[in-house]
Amino acid sequence: MNKITTDICIVGAGPVGLFAVFEAGLLKMRCHVVDALPAVGGQLSEIYPKKPIYDIPGFPEILAGDLIKNLEQQIAPFHPTFTLGERVEDLEKQEDGSFIVRTVDGTEIACKVVAIAGGLGSFEPRKPAIEHLEKYERKGVEYMVRDPEQFHNKRVVIAGGGDSALDWTIYLAGLCKELTLVHRGTTFRGAPESAAKVLSMAEEGQIRLILKSNVTEVHGEDNLEAVTVMVDNAEPYRIEVDNFIPLFGLVPKLGPIENWGLELEKNAIVVDTEDYSTNVEGVYAIGDVNTYPGKLKLILCGFHEAALMAQSAYNIIYPDKKFVLKYTTVNGIQELQ
Amino acid sequence: MEDAIKIYVEQESGERIELEAPLDMNLSVMEVLKANEFPVQAVCGGMAICATCHVEVLESGELPEMNDDEAYMLETLPHATESSRLSCQLRVNPDLDGLVVRIMPEA
Repeated sequence: MNKITTDICIVGAGPVGLFAVFEAGLLKMRCHVVDALPAVGGQLSEIYPKKPIYDIPGFPEILAGDLIKNLEQQIAPFHPTFTLGERVEDLEKQEDGSFIVRTVDGTEIACKVVAIAGGLGSFEPRKPAIEHLEKYERKGVEYMVRDPEQFHNKRVVIAGGGDSALDWTIYLAGLCKELTLVHRGTTFRGAPESAAKVLSMAEEGQIRLILKSNVTEVHGEDNLEAVTVMVDNAEPYRIEVDNFIPLFGLVPKLGPIENWGLELEKNAIVVDTEDYSTNVEGVYAIGDVNTYPGKLKLILCGFHEAALMAQSAYNIIYPDKKFVLKYTTVNGIQELQ
Repeated sequence: MEDAIKIYVEQESGERIELEAPLDMNLSVMEVLKANEFPVQAVCGGMAICATCHVEVLESGELPEMNDDEAYMLETLPHATESSRLSCQLRVNPDLDGLVVRIMPEA
């Protein structure tokens, strides 16, 4: 098991999380940053790296990806450490007021302060509204393909019309005993070559393609045994299956943070605007993940929140030292060793 | 010319709530819904990448064509209908006067 000790554990490696490293570093506090995504930058890197942003002070226009590169450069003197590709799962307060943050993969981060900069939350599979679907999760219902071999010689129904549905249909066709793709529409807007390939595979009988249709019911005792497919203007019918894979993209959710005892309002963490602290002492929330009267979900507001959070965290990490605001114009950047 | 149009949100009960949407602010329907405190998450801020501002258009005049991003996103939604749109992609303009939408549940 990976164990890390630091001053501040920052949950979320988006722009606000990264800038929090800078503000903490100025005050000589060390940071460890955790993110479920495999790279830093959050949605700026993952979703729109080539999109220009116009409201970062000092940059009339900057690409999202370039802003992240600049932030990485800006925080380099403070040598932050990272756990990427692991979602935070658990937050445990210790008797001395410090915290243990745990990830799904068992990494443990011991810290005195937690700063949640989780943005929109973690991206989770969008689940179709089918009654009792949860009952069969991991018992035949899978929302992503982790190990394709799992479907070897199985009867599988995939639902969806995006790139994931097309790609996995093409990949799994050679592995499965029977493969059916159920799609609500009549066309595919995924990559044209993938769509063409799926259509030709259907014509050649390698897969069964059911258009203008939805999976509406799931059946089985302990494990999934069948699904009901409803086709436009026709009677629903049952398909015996071993696995059902609904692939309807990802939707951001707050995830396990919801269970950390934090006061929430409309899926966001309520904070005190004096220092962006939450109702749990030592836990702060900055950026898009928080809410307060007048909240604006702007990167620059998150930067401001990170600065105030760091000042307040200083008092927790160094309770015996008096905080004195230092200006970088006077003091420059003093690298952490 | 009027400086605002009327947009209606149909509730589950069938009641239609009237909203005034100014024409001079270049707002999207999503922004009008949020400004009126309807439960629209719109977490991506209007980039057609989250679908949490999904609406069903019940009545309208001429609607703008979908761009590829919106069409792709709607195609991946399990509960989209023929009349589904992403409200972040509907820009308030005189053609939308009288638009009636139903806010779709977030997946």
